[in-house]
Formats: sequence, C-alpha cells, structure tokens
Amino acid sequence: MATRAPDRPAAAPPGRPVRAGHGPRRALYRQWVHRLDTKGSPYAYVAPFFLLFSAFGLFPLVYTAWVSLHEWTLLEDEHTFVGLENFSTLLADDYFWNATFNTLSIGVLSTVPQLVLAIWLAHLLNRPLRAQTLFRVTLLLPNVTSVVAVVVIFSQLFGRDFGLINWVLSLVGVDPIAWNEGTASSHAAISVMIMWRWTGYNALIFLAAMQAVPRELYEAATLDGAGELTQLRRITIPMIKPTIVFVVITSTIGAMQVLAEPLLFGTYSVSGGPDRQYQTLALFIYENFTKLDFGYASAISWMMFLFIALAAGVNYLLTRRTKGGLT
Amino acid sequence: MGKLRPLAPMLAAVALTVGAAACGGGGTDTAADAGSGAPAEKIKLTVGLFSDFHFAPLYEEFKKTHPNVEIVERRAQFNDHHTNLVTQLATGAGAADVVAVESGYVATFTPLPDKFHNLKDYGLDKRQGEYLDWKWQQGVSNDGSALLGLGTDVGGLAMCYRPDLFKKAGLPTDRDEVSKLWPTWEQYIETGKKFAAAKVGGAAFTDGSGEHFRAMVEQAPVGYYDDQYNVVAATNPDVRKAFDLSVQMIDAGLSAKLAAFSPPWNTGIAKGSFATMVCPAWKTGTIKDQNPGEGTWDIAAVPGGGGNQGGTHLMLPKQGKHPKEAAALIDLLTSKESQIRLFKEASALPSLPALYDDPAVAEYVNPYFGNAPIGKIFTDAAKSLKPQKVGPKVGDIFKAFGDALQRVEQGKQKPDESWAQALKDIEKIK
Repeated sequence: MATRAPDRPAAAPPGRPVRAGHGPRRALYRQWVHRLDTKGSPYAYVAPFFLLFSAFGLFPLVYTAWVSLHEWTLLEDEHTFVGLENFSTLLADDYFWNATFNTLSIGVLSTVPQLVLAIWLAHLLNRPLRAQTLFRVTLLLPNVTSVVAVVVIFSQLFGRDFGLINWVLSLVGVDPIAWNEGTASSHAAISVMIMWRWTGYNALIFLAAMQAVPRELYEAATLDGAGELTQLRRITIPMIKPTIVFVVITSTIGAMQVLAEPLLFGTYSVSGGPDRQYQTLALFIYENFTKLDFGYASAISWMMFLFIALAAGVNYLLTRRTKGGLT
Repeated sequence: MGKLRPLAPMLAAVALTVGAAACGGGGTDTAADAGSGAPAEKIKLTVGLFSDFHFAPLYEEFKKTHPNVEIVERRAQFNDHHTNLVTQLATGAGAADVVAVESGYVATFTPLPDKFHNLKDYGLDKRQGEYLDWKWQQGVSNDGSALLGLGTDVGGLAMCYRPDLFKKAGLPTDRDEVSKLWPTWEQYIETGKKFAAAKVGGAAFTDGSGEHFRAMVEQAPVGYYDDQYNVVAATNPDVRKAFDLSVQMIDAGLSAKLAAFSPPWNTGIAKGSFATMVCPAWKTGTIKDQNPGEGTWDIAAVPGGGGNQGGTHLMLPKQGKHPKEAAALIDLLTSKESQIRLFKEASALPSLPALYDDPAVAEYVNPYFGNAPIGKIFTDAAKSLKPQKVGPKVGDIFKAFGDALQRVEQGKQKPDESWAQALKDIEKIK
C-alpha cells in the first residue's frame, strides 16, 4: 500500500486520466490526504507505544490515585470516599518513615560504591586487552542471573552459623555477625546483593561512553605529563558526564524500588525482619497489598512516586549545575 | 498468574487398576444420584491446591462413577494460593470448582457463607458423625447456617528431639522417658535449662520461640478470639502467659534464634544447631527433606497435652457451575477409604477418628525417626485437642507476636516494650 503521496499533489497518476468535472474536488481531496499523511502519520507511528502506555502505565497510575482517596479493602463491596485521610495516616505512621529511611540507607549504600566501582571497572576495560569480549560478557553475567538465585545464594553467604563470610571473618578473629538482625548489617548485606547485580551492567554503559571520548585528548594529556588518575578525573569523567547523569538517575529510581532482595533475604517476611529493620518502601506497599488494604497501599504507592520524582529532580539539578565538558 | 497447570492427560496416565472395587463409602450414594438423570453432558471440574495432595488416583476412581467429568488440577505456592482465592472471590471470577483451604486461612472464609456453596444442600452434613468435632466445626460458617468445607487431614502436634544431643547433655534418650520429662511447658523449660547447663557445643535447646508460643496459645481454651469473634489477644491471660513462658525460654538461653523455615533453620536441622522443635505431623517431611540421617531425630509428646497445627478443608466457591458433581468429588476425596490411602501414600493424618484404631494408622512406625509410632503419637495429640474459636486474622495476629518474640531474642527490645508494640500492631489489623 502506498503511504506516501506523490511530491506534487496536483499531478495525476500516470495511466489514470482525471475525469472532467471532478478535477478540482479530487485535487483538494488529494491535497488533504497529503497533509494528513505528512502531519498525521508520525503520530500514528508512535501511537502503539502510547496506547499501551495509557493502558498499562497511565491508567493504573490515575486509578491508584483514585483508590488512594478511599477506604478500599478487597473483600468489601463498599468503598467509602475518605479524601486525604489515608495520606494523613501515612504521614503519622512510624513504619512508613522507617521504610523511607531504610530505602534511602540501602539506596545510598548500594548506589554510591556501585557507581564508583563501575567507572573504575570501565576505565580498566577501556584499553587494548586480550579477550575483550570475554571480559565484557562476564561483566554482564551477574545481571542476567535471576534475582531470586542471587538472593538465595547471598543469604547463605551471609548466614550466621554456617555462612562463608562469617567463616572468613572468624579466621581473622571476628565474632560471627548475625547479618539479618542488625539494621546496619542487614542494609550492608542487601546493598552487596544489589551491587553484585548492577555494577557490571553500569560499567558496560560507562565503557560505551568512554569509547566515544577522542583518543587525541589522552595522547595530548600524556604528552603534558598527566598521570592515569588525572586523566580519569580531568578527561574521562567530564566527557562522559551525560552518561553519568543517566546512570545516576536510573540507579536512584532502581534503588527506590528495591523489593525482591529484602523480601527474600527475610525468607518471605513482608515486614522485612521482626523489627522492620530492612523493610523498604516497595516492601511496605507489598505488605499492605497482601493485607488487601488497597486504599492505604495506593496512598503509599503515590508517596513513593512523589519521592522518586523528587529524587530524579534533585539528581537532575545537581548534575546540571556541574556542567559537562572539559574545564 | 503463573500457575502450574498439570493437564488432564497426566492424570489419565496414572491408570489405576488396583483396589478400586469396594468404594462403599459416601462417594457412591451421591454418585448414584448423579447417574440417574439423562445422559450427562461433558463437564470439567478444576481443583485448586497448594501442593501435591496425591489426589491423582482418587480422580480416576471418581471418573468411574462420573465418566462425563473431566478433572483438571492446578497448583500455586501456599501464600499465593490463598491470596489468589481471596481476589477471585472478591472479583467473582477465576476460582477453581474445588479449592483447598489450609487451617490457618479457613477462618478468613468462614465469615463469607454467600461466597461458597452450602454443602448441606448436597447432603454432606450426613458426614458430621465421622469427623473429629473440632475439625468439622472449622468448616462451618461463623453464623452456623452453612457447611462450607469438608476436612481432609489434620496436623497433630508432637515434639521432635535429637537423641544424640540429649545423650551428650546427660538427658534420657528414649522417647517415652523424654515425653515424661515435660508434661507441662514449665517442665520443658526446666529440661532446657539442664540441657543448657551441660553446654553441648554448638547446639541450643530449641530452634526459636515463635512456634512454641503458637502451640501454647492453641492449647488454651480461648486463643486470640472469643466466642463472638472479637479479638481478645490483649486481655486473654493465656496469651500473656504463653508470651511470658516464651520470654523465659529466651532469657534462659534456650533458643538458637532461628526463624522456622528460614535457610539457616533448614541447615540447623541437619547440622544439629538445636535439640528440640515443635513438630506437627507434616513437619516430619520437612525434617526428612534436610537429610539429617536416619534416626537422627526422634519424636516425643508435646508439652501441655495435645494440639494441632495445619490441616486442610476442601470448599466449593459459589462461582462453580457444577456444585453437585464437585460435592460428590469432595465427598469421595475425604472418604474413609481415601483418607487411609492418603495416610499411607502422603503421610496425611486422617481427620476421621474411627481410622485412628485402624491398624494401618495405629501401628504405623516411621523408620526414619527411630521407628517412632507416629500414627499413635499424632492421633493422640489430635484427639486430645480442645477446640478453640479461630477468627479471620489469626495469621496476622500470630505474626505480630512472633515478630515481638524475635525482637526480644535479638535484644532489640525489652519484653514489655515488645509486647506493647505487638498489641499496637494487632490494633491496626483491619
């Protein structure tokens, strides 16, 4: 099917003479089709995504907002409108702020070392190496492993009585640590799991950006006597700043949504430990959904959405201020 | 929803030709009714379970009297199965014709008689005389108007212990003598103190305190709910007493501080991190799965006299289009013949006391547990249970107390603070 109209809209197609009397109207019609084609069809091409997004992204978002304004438990047919009551309860709920703190703590503990490590790894790989592809594929392996498998294995490693990590620590005379009991220790254990999965992935993204940095800059810097670290700091990092912004934002969003790691680390305990010492926001939502308290869970979901928007905004502003490019 | 759906051909493959002759139980009566009508149309029954109940041969038997019925079984993970069922009942679609509901959840559904077919309408109330009374009552709606479920198995309660660790601590190892050590929970704690004093390397007296707390509460005449289904957890002295006894266990250093069913707990079963644990009948399977070795664990009576944890009911959601056939099916699945068969094949303890004197149950010994007469131990426990009213949120309430005890174990809170927080958590449960 021809989707492009001819370049000259008035011209008749070969072999199909225009009948007298219908000429001007037909030309108008063709012109209209052409206009529609050039102006309208781009929208038609992007429409499938937006239709799907409306059905599976936008509608749930708006509907969740609607639910959050109600007293809404699944087994009751009546859903009474309560306005912002769910939100005011939420702001006074200690468990909500506890979950917020845990999310931030695990987020910082996992994201910051992860990014530093990823840049360092990418820097190491950004040079002529034998078996380059092998190294790059290896970086991605932890990411393609199922999160469940990762958490199950790491939970064993972090075991109190028979865990590998405590065994290693015992060799240097450290008493066994009950990793899942303490707040700090459980956050550290969960952060390690997140780092294990995502460091390699981010390193690959950084590596791709680094390879776009012109070689001449490094050559010139070497001639000027700049060491490796200086080159990394003064050339590489400023040149890949847009990528860093991207990775920081995606990692932050990812960190806000951590669910599987704490859930499985606590052996399917939706409260994230007896003292909620590692219950994240996503897990707190999940806990309330499993209690079938949909109104409250929706309110938490919206608060989390606001937090993520806020975090993304702050990230954007911070990284915007320190402008990219060489100084 | 990512459910496992074993298909009918699989069931058909289990061509069963043995011992189907005399199915004289309740099954055939209803079967006769179904057969008397016009040539029946082809219908399909779905059965929703949360694990392998070993029902497949019984389906084949059912098809002999109901050739027009095709049975499809589907399974989901334990928690998901029950949460899905709630969702399916609320949205009015998607539930199986026959659903299994475990005893921890059955009280979630008994307040909702309009969501299920009343089994009395299909003549199943005639089975009442066969059942353990408390098991029967669990399947009756809260207002008493309707019969919602028929019981399959029960989970009689015992205490599992390790003779090797007991020997090291200078305690008796024979199961009868061990049972005599602890007729009450106080004496159990005293025994624990002796064990702890002997300082057996690397082993605590027991796994945790939550399951003990649960058993103690379930042995009391009133638990978390009163007769009118009001939550009385905060004021019931028996709950507080169970909590205090559990705290005593922690204070005396008897607990290995391991949460039941966590990976380190599993490892601890095999490696001997603890010497005793509360043991419903089905937990013998859990122990075996960890492969501690034959005879490593043995089974004695539970302190406090009897009890039950777990067990299942079969119910028919109102959405089902073929309640008559479904009722006939659960009648067959819970019949005497079926229950004795499931005891042999799947260690499911029958809920019909007449079977407890059947040699197949009464004389059954388990070689993996030092030839312990588990049939007798567990049925004694099930028989001596005093029934208790159980309300819809019993699982959430138990979790609040379980967490509270773990906070004490981990030294995060003083017992009183922890108790107060548990009560606050329970107030919030809707």
